[in-house]
Amino acid sequence: METRYPGFADPVLDAQASFRAVLEAMSRPGRVQAVVAPPELPPGLSPAAAAMLLTLVDAATPLHLTAGAEAEAWVRFHCGCPLVEVQDAVFVLDPAARLEALDAGTEEEPENGATLILEVAGLEEGRGWRLRGPGIRGEHRLQVRGAPEGFLAAWARNRARFPRGVDVILCAGVQIAALPRTVQIEEG
Amino acid sequence: MYVATKGGEQAIGAAHAWLAETRRGDTALPEIEVAQIAEQLGLAADRVMAEGSCYDRGLAALAVKQAKGDLIEAAFLLRAYRTTLPRFGASAPLETGAMHIRRRISATYKDLPGGQVLGPTFDYTHRLLDFALAAAGSAPEPVPEAEPEPGNTPRVTELLAREGLMQRETPSAEEPGDLTREPLSFPAPRPVRLQALARGDEGFLLGLGYSTQRGYGNSHPFVGEIRVGEVAVEFTPPELGFPIEIGDITVTECQMVNQFKGSRTQPPQFTRGYGLVFGHGERKAMAMSLVDRALRAEEMGEEPVAPAQQQEFVLYHSDNVEATGFVEHLKLPHYVDFQSELENLRTMRETALNAAAE
Amino acid sequence: MTYDPGYNFAYLDESTKRMIRRAILKGVAIPGHQVPFGSREMPLPYGWGTGGIQVTASILGPDDTLKVIDQGADDTTNAVSIRAFFRRVAGVATTERTAEATVIQTRHRIPEHPLTEQQIIVYQVPMPEPLFRLEPRIAETKRMHALADYGLMHVRLYEDIARHGHIATSYNYPVMVNGRYLMAPSPIPAFDNPKMDQMPALQLFGAGREKRIYAVPPYTGVRSLDFDDHPFRPIRAPHACALCGSRESYLDEVITDDSGGKMFVCSDTSYCTERQTAREAAE
Repeated sequence: METRYPGFADPVLDAQASFRAVLEAMSRPGRVQAVVAPPELPPGLSPAAAAMLLTLVDAATPLHLTAGAEAEAWVRFHCGCPLVEVQDAVFVLDPAARLEALDAGTEEEPENGATLILEVAGLEEGRGWRLRGPGIRGEHRLQVRGAPEGFLAAWARNRARFPRGVDVILCAGVQIAALPRTVQIEEG
Repeated sequence: MYVATKGGEQAIGAAHAWLAETRRGDTALPEIEVAQIAEQLGLAADRVMAEGSCYDRGLAALAVKQAKGDLIEAAFLLRAYRTTLPRFGASAPLETGAMHIRRRISATYKDLPGGQVLGPTFDYTHRLLDFALAAAGSAPEPVPEAEPEPGNTPRVTELLAREGLMQRETPSAEEPGDLTREPLSFPAPRPVRLQALARGDEGFLLGLGYSTQRGYGNSHPFVGEIRVGEVAVEFTPPELGFPIEIGDITVTECQMVNQFKGSRTQPPQFTRGYGLVFGHGERKAMAMSLVDRALRAEEMGEEPVAPAQQQEFVLYHSDNVEATGFVEHLKLPHYVDFQSELENLRTMRETALNAAAE
Repeated sequence: MTYDPGYNFAYLDESTKRMIRRAILKGVAIPGHQVPFGSREMPLPYGWGTGGIQVTASILGPDDTLKVIDQGADDTTNAVSIRAFFRRVAGVATTERTAEATVIQTRHRIPEHPLTEQQIIVYQVPMPEPLFRLEPRIAETKRMHALADYGLMHVRLYEDIARHGHIATSYNYPVMVNGRYLMAPSPIPAFDNPKMDQMPALQLFGAGREKRIYAVPPYTGVRSLDFDDHPFRPIRAPHACALCGSRESYLDEVITDDSGGKMFVCSDTSYCTERQTAREAAE
């Protein structure tokens, strides 16, 4: 199936800008960043999630995606990645995916732990969850609207198996925030 | 008054200009042409193609010229160029059985199908400096050409394998790993090891291969055969779906026959050490096949005690572009580390002298 | 912004950048852990900063201002060469002033001027494995990191104390990151180690020949290994800079004649110049 939806307007510089946004997000958990989004989007993907896929995913990174046929055709064309089951994926974009179901890497190769790209309803700094850990001076607050049921309990289990684990990129509109596996989250 | 040295940029520019001048040498002499290097220093170009991991004689010759004949520097130039090229995919395995033979010798059989073909070799030359070559202008007499023997030239190891005397290599449909894309991890699969050896430094592999003959690794090698010649490269473009020939390359292949005692489950059999390099490079192909066999120690249930049998040791140190970089980086400034060592040493000496005085 | 049209922006092709960017993100998520990556053959030799260059090339954008230092100085030949490389292939602005830079690539020093949240420092790393002198086999050290089994390193440091009365390591002094991973800070002087602890800037490390990337996120604990009765102490030549008078900065020793004459000057040339300029302005 072909796609009529474009990728980044500037594949080199937009990918660089979006990467710096996610690098900043991963380095300072709870801080909200804006990405550069492609000019038009296939149904089923937020601008931020689409930008993350274009920035990070390619033929070397199997993807698990449940965002519909249009989105699948779009990633196949622009990222050229294999589409796989959740446990085999390096990147996962599936609101129903449980953190425990993703590849968490091994003690020797924890870098093989997958990255979950999670679409949420809204991200706001300064209130909500209390985040602590590397990248945070003292505490960051992050309000995440529309996080999956039971996310914080699952997150605590994810964090407990460090250095194994899964890292999360939260996407809402053109905004992202990241939760590296080191971050400790408490209800606000 | 002390002023810190400045002007690094100017110094670098001047050094590069001087380098260019010394590269050209005496301008009263004609400038060497890249085509002359490719033709008349062909083995240098071959070595650069092999260690530069890029089959292009013209570029290899250019690299030799640019590097003023420093072959490791030339291989580095070619590698740095290679890394900027797009990767279309993997070719089909070379069919060296169908090689257009230029040279083919076996040390294990007096005669065999396809025959012994001595080819252009230094083997039986007397190493006397040929002063006639010092005087330019004479071309050698053309050599009489024999008709090639009809039919294929089967590989010696295949003849042995048919009889069950040689362990068969099981072909894999899997695309081999590529250490230029993925970092090494251990234990390294054999295709990746062979890739590392094929790119590896001839001198390093020669020394290691030699060590296996002197008891460090306990091998009993025979040259099953060495063949040099042209083979076709086939590639299947995804849009076509069937293989097409994209050209011929010259390669040297060495199959080394080694003893194997056998085990409880397997009857005794010969095992193979394999060497394949771009161009005409017998020394490298032979050394590679010795080291390949040595690196199979664990797979053969042999204790990997000798340097040539240790994967990490061999594969992490065989690449001359990596090795030369790290050895030569010692000439970069290390003032800061050295200063910290100076202060450290002064403190330690002071402590020791005070203690001795008490 | 103009850059050499013969190459992609910042030299590396996009798929290589993506691969390196993924490795960087995992490095940030697992502070101090060495992430293997498919290091490319660069047009500069291994040992000249190919790891740092690949990391810088993968993060750099047209709005960045790049500073490159070697031994603390902007005008050492290799720093000059790397800066010229990025000017050519990325067309980015460059600076010698630490405070103006958004990305700082360094070999062997951390600038004296404290780094900020708006900055990223990229270290060139020759040997990423802190245990390599004690155990050269990577397969073994990987296992030790997995188990956080760093007894060997403690034993070595303790032997130093037994023999010399204190720890005899003066550069590339091993650190624990976030209490979990033992990490090589690259061959910076131990004097610089305390700057890594809780640094507001992101710290990225690239080892090209050894094909490893690792990271320390901002505001992360970086502790130099020591013992309660033998605490870590950074070493610095006990002098003032002969040019700017600083008693806080790390000093280079310069031999001025062949009869024992020497002087000490700041290794961080940008810091030293700024102090000299400020002093002249005050006079």
